[in-house]
Amino acid sequence: MVLSVVQSAEESSSAFIDSVFASRYVQDPLPRYNLSEKSIPKEAAYQIIHDELLLDGNPRLNLASFVTTWMEPECDKLMVEAINKNYVDMDEYPVTTEFQNRCVNIIANLFNAPVDETRRAIGVGTVGSSEAIMLAGLAFKRRWQNKRKAQGKPYDKPNIVTGANVQVCWEKFARYFEVELKEVKLREGYYVMDPVKAVEMVDENTICVGAILGSTLNGEFEDIKLLNDLLAKKNKMTGWDTPIHVDAASGGFVAPFLYPELEWDFRLPLVKSINVSGHKYGLVYAGIGWVIWRSKEDLPEELIFHINYLGADQPTFTLNFSKGSSQIIAQYYQFLRMGFEGYKNVMTNCMENARVLREGLERTGRFEIVSKTQGIPLVAFAFKDKNKSLAFKLSKALRNYGWIVPAYTMPPNAEHVTILRVVVREDLSRQLVEKLLSHIESALSELEDEPAVPKITFTYEMKPRRFVGDGGEGDLHIPETSVNWKREKPKVIYKDVPVTGGKTKGVC
Amino acid sequence: MALSKTASESDVSVHSTFASRYVRTSLPRFKMAEKSIPKEAAYQIISDELMLDGNPRLNLASFVTTWMEPECDKLIMAGINKNYVDMDEYPVTTELQNRCVNMIAHLFNAPLGESEAAVGVGTVGSSEAIMLAGLAFKRKWQNKRKAEGKPCDSPNIVTGANVQVCWEKFARYFEVELKEVKLREGYYVMDPEKAVEMVDENTICVAAILGSTLNGEFEDVKRLNDLLIEKNKETGWETPIHVDAASGGFIAPFIYPDLEWDFRLPLVKSINVSGHKYGLVYAGIGWVIWRSKEDLPEELIFHINYLGADQPTFTLNFSKGSSQVIAQYYQLIRLGYEGYRNIMENCRENTMVLKEGLEKTERFNIVSKDEGVPLVAFSLKDSSHYTEFQVSDMLRRFGWIVPAYTMPPDAQNITVLRVVIREDFSRTLAERLVHDIQKVLHDLDTLPAKISAKLALNGEEGILPRKKSAIETQREITTAWRKFVMARKTNGVC
Repeated sequence: MVLSVVQSAEESSSAFIDSVFASRYVQDPLPRYNLSEKSIPKEAAYQIIHDELLLDGNPRLNLASFVTTWMEPECDKLMVEAINKNYVDMDEYPVTTEFQNRCVNIIANLFNAPVDETRRAIGVGTVGSSEAIMLAGLAFKRRWQNKRKAQGKPYDKPNIVTGANVQVCWEKFARYFEVELKEVKLREGYYVMDPVKAVEMVDENTICVGAILGSTLNGEFEDIKLLNDLLAKKNKMTGWDTPIHVDAASGGFVAPFLYPELEWDFRLPLVKSINVSGHKYGLVYAGIGWVIWRSKEDLPEELIFHINYLGADQPTFTLNFSKGSSQIIAQYYQFLRMGFEGYKNVMTNCMENARVLREGLERTGRFEIVSKTQGIPLVAFAFKDKNKSLAFKLSKALRNYGWIVPAYTMPPNAEHVTILRVVVREDLSRQLVEKLLSHIESALSELEDEPAVPKITFTYEMKPRRFVGDGGEGDLHIPETSVNWKREKPKVIYKDVPVTGGKTKGVC
Repeated sequence: MALSKTASESDVSVHSTFASRYVRTSLPRFKMAEKSIPKEAAYQIISDELMLDGNPRLNLASFVTTWMEPECDKLIMAGINKNYVDMDEYPVTTELQNRCVNMIAHLFNAPLGESEAAVGVGTVGSSEAIMLAGLAFKRKWQNKRKAEGKPCDSPNIVTGANVQVCWEKFARYFEVELKEVKLREGYYVMDPEKAVEMVDENTICVAAILGSTLNGEFEDVKRLNDLLIEKNKETGWETPIHVDAASGGFIAPFIYPDLEWDFRLPLVKSINVSGHKYGLVYAGIGWVIWRSKEDLPEELIFHINYLGADQPTFTLNFSKGSSQVIAQYYQLIRLGYEGYRNIMENCRENTMVLKEGLEKTERFNIVSKDEGVPLVAFSLKDSSHYTEFQVSDMLRRFGWIVPAYTMPPDAQNITVLRVVIREDFSRTLAERLVHDIQKVLHDLDTLPAKISAKLALNGEEGILPRKKSAIETQREITTAWRKFVMARKTNGVC
């Protein structure tokens, strides 16, 4: 006779749960805002969180982001092994620190930094381009302040000149470090910073001019050579020595491989620092950026902290202190694994796939391509029909297929233009591009089928109350005769959501 | 007849990494190599070089977590390709951050109404958290001064000299003067009375530390609060307090729940805590919580309006990985109150074991207090023959990384060794460490005797030019070393 034993609820409460979904943990409400009294088994915790995360978007179908979403399994292995290493313990993890130094040197060489006798590049790994830009900006601000103090002039109103197409982190830098942001407005058809206008805006309080290699909005490279030449002329006249910073967050790992003749980096004498995101076309997961300075003179010594711990002097200049080591090791892995030819192959593939997408979109006849063929591998396109709502509707429709394709309006003065943008990353293969095109075509035909909505126009007259008793104080009298029915071409009324001041572009 | 084929140079896959030429050619250090190499080779090469790094779990210098459960590792790897800042694409991850903020705010007794949302944010560590809190104080103070028509160009902040380096960074980068309350021998934290004396009209806040980096002591935040309230009443300056609870924030609520240090004290306006210390998550996550919306000036908040949703954010970093936020949430729900309390109590017991073991050797003074962060800071009773730095060096041979450092002014003549007890430092390891320390002391004791015996054999001291004895050389070296180390901020640990 077989005795079967059933585990009672009391017995199973504190011990091992055999099947998570048979336990009460998936039935009890999760503590949301308070720490719960009791612990729960780790299997249950894992399953609960894993299940809730199923509702997040799929990172690889997120065509809004430049940030890498796939790496080789070998690299994943390295990242897991390094996940418990605190990067800042330089003395304990000297090899990891050495990898950072090697990456800095490799990138500095890629950007043609002038090599001095020590052959040591000046740069640092950061958590992303935001931190990198803040460090570069800080260096410019301090240099400018020192220069003005030496000249006996006031130094309380620094400003920085950039295009209105800059990413939100420049505005953050300006706001948090008390620097004025002077933006060169865009115009229809010209969506990057105009070098001529930028140089005009430079004054004695300008700490630097920020140029972008790979604009967030349409992937275009700004003409940094022209900016350099014009600024050099102005500097000769004024003697202000205004330098340039290149925000190569996206373009820094594209231009050297696809457009090696394009002069945008330290080959131009006024470029003093460059930042690049390792987690964009550097092909590493989110959480790594790099900033490189031209030479030691461009980084004021007073900003550098010397961590002298257990003997070794390691100079550091970062905002963050403790952080994981995984991304730095991953970046080194990519440099070692791919080499120059590997990166070039990946970028060429991306451009090819971008071309396929672009040609497919042009074939539908509904779109105008806003991005240029030279630039970041992305396709920015707008509807030929000036109806602003169409882009947002298409973006929404594509979500049903699983794709995340963002739509947004341009910054001033091109706010009437609405574009959609697809970023082609390493892992967006040709098959996926062709699938995307077919989904776009289906979505377009769905947009056509919208039923006609009658449009009602109201006109109202405000007139004083004729006599007391004619309604309450301040009533709005709408005369019946002004209600007008018109059968017009079907149009959907789209309400503009005004955005409260400041930068709204949340993409990187 | 079998034809044997050798793998040619152009073969893509290399069958045995160590048989290939890749481990023979030199690694690119300063330039990118022209060619790619197979991924197995890249993995092996890097993995091999990393073997020479220290073992994270034997690193007793760091507070930062070095072990998590495998289930959590799985969640971390699954979240590694999610860019945290894409709030619209990853709404659940964003929701998890909000939940963590609320849980931590409640843990710190933030005065929140029934359904009021907490004000706080996840950061990459306490450094970013402190910079954000400092920025908020600076902006509030500037606005207040402008409204009063007074100058607002010389803000300062009052802290103890025992602060961690990130406060100095904040001061230097954001142009705030740092007024440090000096320490003294026997009192290694900020003295509340001296701190309140130093407060003036330009002080944007007073920063107190719950869990000093040097010896783990909790500063008396309640006393600071009471003294500052009195001063504020006289002066009307309304100087607030910030508590840097980087280490202590996840310890005090569980094992010292009656200690008043958090939002229960009315002048405390913001608190930061490191998720990656006693929050039990790997490096890369910190939290800062504000008391209420009024303490965070609206003009600092950015409204990312992307694809429709308005998500207010206030961080320095933008793109970063999501893994640590998910891991923090995992720990909070997995452990709950009892789990954290059990772990902290275990740490405290292991600390006692280590402390008693060291006391039994009768060679050390214990500098850390019983109440505080679970760590043991100790110095040699007699450092005339050899110093703490040498003990630290010798312990490396056994694999232990135990840091030694001098105290900041005005206690520079005190040198301590410090062992941090983390969750994964078991009792067995504590006993082994005591045993190894005893071996090291024994070796150091016998060392000078051997050298001076040798010198005595080598001729009369009177005829030969007087050579410095080994002890004197050692002393000179260590004094020079001490001077060098003192000259800069040496606390590179967190």
